[in-house]
Amino acid sequence: MLKGMKLDTSALESHRLLIGASNELQNGFSTAPSFEIPNTTDFDCFQKEAIQMVKPAKGTTTLAFIFKEGVMVAADSRASMGGYISSQSVKKIIEINPYMLGTMAGGAADCQFWHRNLGVKCRLHELANKRRISVTGASKLLANILYSYRGMGLSVGTMIAGWDETGPGLYYVDSEGGRLKGMRFSVGSGSPYAYGVLDSGYRYDMSVDEAAELARRAIYHATFRDGASGGVASVYYVGADGWKKLSGDDVAELHYNYYPVQPTVAEHVMVEG
Amino acid sequence: MLDRAARSTKPGPVTFGILLKLDLESPPSQHSPKTALRFAYSSLSSSSKFQQSPPMSIFEYNGSAVIAMVGKNCFAIASDRRLGVQLQTIATDFQKIYRVHDKLFIGLSGLATDAQTLYQRLVFRHKLYELREERNMKPETFASLVSALLYEKRFGPYFCQPVIAGLGDENKPFICTMDSIGAKELAKDFVVSGTASESLYGACEAMFKPDMEPEELFETISQALLSSVDRDCLSGWGGHVYVVTPTEVTERILKGRMD
Repeated sequence: MLKGMKLDTSALESHRLLIGASNELQNGFSTAPSFEIPNTTDFDCFQKEAIQMVKPAKGTTTLAFIFKEGVMVAADSRASMGGYISSQSVKKIIEINPYMLGTMAGGAADCQFWHRNLGVKCRLHELANKRRISVTGASKLLANILYSYRGMGLSVGTMIAGWDETGPGLYYVDSEGGRLKGMRFSVGSGSPYAYGVLDSGYRYDMSVDEAAELARRAIYHATFRDGASGGVASVYYVGADGWKKLSGDDVAELHYNYYPVQPTVAEHVMVEG
Repeated sequence: MLDRAARSTKPGPVTFGILLKLDLESPPSQHSPKTALRFAYSSLSSSSKFQQSPPMSIFEYNGSAVIAMVGKNCFAIASDRRLGVQLQTIATDFQKIYRVHDKLFIGLSGLATDAQTLYQRLVFRHKLYELREERNMKPETFASLVSALLYEKRFGPYFCQPVIAGLGDENKPFICTMDSIGAKELAKDFVVSGTASESLYGACEAMFKPDMEPEELFETISQALLSSVDRDCLSGWGGHVYVVTPTEVTERILKGRMD
């Protein structure tokens, strides 16, 4: 079944080919780095098993939205394997370049690798064209790569947020090949909860402080309801001067700030034999 | 260890409440049972591809962490406070430890609906015993009762793993745990059960000391519980601790991470 199906394995051979720039000028299409596919007779079954092995399902809450002053990006920091919390300090907001951020949901390795790869491509674009790539262009670069791997088990749910010549930009890109432009997105197992807060609190003309607080609150509420989200709520802001990390709050502290509790004393003490 | 110390220094900023009830008339508060959820289990589907949905055991459907420890002429029994449906947190004030009488407690981890049903049957059997014998049940006897009730359902068990803790004759502490079909497992030091049981074993193994006084026992069991549930997605959201001495029952609510 694999006869005639040939993937470019140059990714493993040289760096120059990995970034897929070699024939970029020739045919106008950038190529995705490609990997060797397993030499097996039962490819589908092998894939299924391999995916289960490689993909540490990672519960997540990430969100991003465009408002008057730019884009706000926020995420939690928990990584889990089944019911076990493997880390409370994962960086789910990836800095692609000083003007662009990517968020991570799905497979950690897939997200990290392809965001890094995207960073390389964006830099190359900058050198070739003497200006920064647009958010539209960058997100399309990523979406095209992910689409070329469709059905092979990549797990990526990401938002590309940034500032370009046209102002703030925000795209949702996933490993199924989807790419959506929008004003407001949330991705991950905690996203329904985050959307609840985000949709009810969102206004286009918010100040940076208000927007940061909304993002933080949405992440906090998601971590409260969703067992697979938690740790630290990080909030990034992308404006005309690039991105800036605004805060990183432990949600355990956020909870008791939002909902303080008073200690109560004994109602009744028994002294009896 | 550092943030652990920050969370709680003596005499116990971990607690935000010391409640107490020792009134045999009033039954422990009941929460509305989520019975229907059990049938919804198979039809649950993940709404998003990036949602985490590994095959989950029915024991892990609601999430729980229960622990009991023995001290010097006393014992402590503690649990988390979360009631969830898989990864979704439904309530954070859920009772998993039930009082049978002043010196006998049972913690039921596992499927919440079965835990509540089982508890009601246990109360019923204990009341009948009280009427006939005109005395409270000894922890050992009660453990045998629980075991028998569980084995009755050998081929369609209650999806619960009980933890029993009590003071027996001469106020000798007794703790034991069981699997869902009633295999008793007695211990001299501590017992654990629930979705956080692996972490609980680790924490207890490291923190337990024999012959602790009630105050130290409280501190130890609380720290063991809180640190364990911080590594578990399905339990936590606060804690509930009972410390029982021959003369006093202290119930405390623990502040914990709410994520």
